Amino acid sequence: MSAAALTGRGRGPREGIISRGAAMLIMGVFTLYFLIPVWWLLISSTKTLGNFNRTFSLWFTPTSLSDFAANIGSLFTYGGGLFPRWMLNSIVYATVAGGLGTILAAMCGYALSKYGFRGREAIFNTILGGVLVPATALALPLFLIFSQVGLTNTFWAVFLPSLVSPFGVYLSRIYAASSVPDEIIEAARIDGSGEIRTFFTVAIRLMSPALVTIFLFQFVSIWNNFFLPLIMLRDQSLFPVTLGLYNWNSQVNTYPDLRTLVLVGAFVSIIPLLVAFLSLQRFWRNGLGAGGLK
Amino acid sequence: MSSVATGVRNVAPSRSKKRGGLRNKRAVFLLIAPFGVLFLAFYLVPIIYAVWESLQVIHRDGTFGAPTLVFGGLSQYALVFQNSDFWASVGRVLLFGVVQVPVMLGLALLFALLLDSPLLRGKRFFRLAFFAPYAVPGVIAAIMWGYLYSPSLSPFKLLTSQVDLLSGGTVLWSIANVVTWVYVGYNMLIIYSSLLAIPTEIYEAARLDGAGQFRIAWSIKIPLIAPALVLTAVFSIIGTLQLLTEPEVFKQFSSTISSTYTPNLLVYSTASVPNVNLAAAFSVVLAIATFILSFVFLRLTQRKAVQA
Repeated sequence: MSAAALTGRGRGPREGIISRGAAMLIMGVFTLYFLIPVWWLLISSTKTLGNFNRTFSLWFTPTSLSDFAANIGSLFTYGGGLFPRWMLNSIVYATVAGGLGTILAAMCGYALSKYGFRGREAIFNTILGGVLVPATALALPLFLIFSQVGLTNTFWAVFLPSLVSPFGVYLSRIYAASSVPDEIIEAARIDGSGEIRTFFTVAIRLMSPALVTIFLFQFVSIWNNFFLPLIMLRDQSLFPVTLGLYNWNSQVNTYPDLRTLVLVGAFVSIIPLLVAFLSLQRFWRNGLGAGGLK
Repeated sequence: MSSVATGVRNVAPSRSKKRGGLRNKRAVFLLIAPFGVLFLAFYLVPIIYAVWESLQVIHRDGTFGAPTLVFGGLSQYALVFQNSDFWASVGRVLLFGVVQVPVMLGLALLFALLLDSPLLRGKRFFRLAFFAPYAVPGVIAAIMWGYLYSPSLSPFKLLTSQVDLLSGGTVLWSIANVVTWVYVGYNMLIIYSSLLAIPTEIYEAARLDGAGQFRIAWSIKIPLIAPALVLTAVFSIIGTLQLLTEPEVFKQFSSTISSTYTPNLLVYSTASVPNVNLAAAFSVVLAIATFILSFVFLRLTQRKAVQA
């Protein structure tokens, strides 16, 4: 199918009609595949439990607007405001740990790119090996270590491991090499700027588009992280939103009302990410390109 | 410091670099140490700790003796390789990977090539629409698809009332669909951005030679973006072996998913028994297997690229 769609044996406009039509058809069908589940989630979050079971699942009901408002109301108040608490936790874990982690990775990657010193490649290769170590393989030993120092079931148990992004160091090194010219560092030196100050005033600014990309990567991996909080946390008030909704969904059979909250919560929880993603898409492309080519 | 810098100004670059290296030791240390300490604490130490734990066994003096941890050599690893649940779970993710990774990357490549071809209108829209699922966390995507698959709640009752998508025989592919749905757009974007980096003059020449879009895609574009394809393949392989979130959520929808369905679920359930030492051995074997697979794949594809 794909071959036929892409085949344009004839030149010029004849390549047009059939190939164009086939291409648009493929993309159109898959647009439905990608968007219908999200659309369904939106529709479902505007329904009461009764309407969810009875009415057509892909369109609104006459009372959708008021039901949506009511659903949102119970979502934010259920269990003493657990859901807003979870959203806040996810935002703090992802933005603070992601932001700090990005700066630390940038410092390290910059140093590995701009200074020659003994053991540089050994350090870089060790960190690069870290990219291939699956995060889930680390979760269990991390739990054992944290339980020895009494830090399981705390904010730090999720926050601290989230700071480390070996992939960020790898990307930073590439970006620093390509976007911070040695002459500028040398010029700063001649002006009497210390090395650390040069990094924070000059280099970090030149690397900033790349840093946004690294931040996005880390933000998403922390936001999506499930295994680490699942293992580390027992206290509901520390949960990120993913673990919280998972927890609610496990109780749906006992408390059917929770099903509505799970669906509304799922919908509300993806809005901030969707907005952030789509508006920052440029940075994704740039970053992914650099990661893929080098 | 500035006097040193002025002294350096007029000497040959190579010498200045060398002297700079010594002078900058402190700076290098300050720049690397913060990440280094955290990397040590939350990557290297856990790995070493897991290996150490996996070499211990619990020893009891008689049936009622107090349990003590003693060095057991590789005996936990012997248990790992004798464990039939372990092999079943490994077999399952391998089957999953052999089918899902090529399908997902094939689709991603097709979409990227279409986006890069002159055949399409509304490229921006398609790019956004296809990438959007990546913003949905695995847990949420799994919950959502869990309802979409359910025989009684799905909007696609015509299908789900005929075929039980959550039964033992089909649920693995239902999970594969969730993973594909989330990650196709992400991989598409990686491939697409490397397509954009190809200079367009190359196509002009091919066009003058009478090559059509398909020919250009097959003979020029795909070979040139091979590095991006390798990268996406390696990350997909790592992701497949780590499969955990989606099956864990699907347990809530389907009783056919056992607590040992994937290697990572096996680690989790073994650790909650609790048999920490065996769980650590599972983790170590899994990490090594991931490492080897990614490495072998990188090697194989690199050799191919050199031969071509």
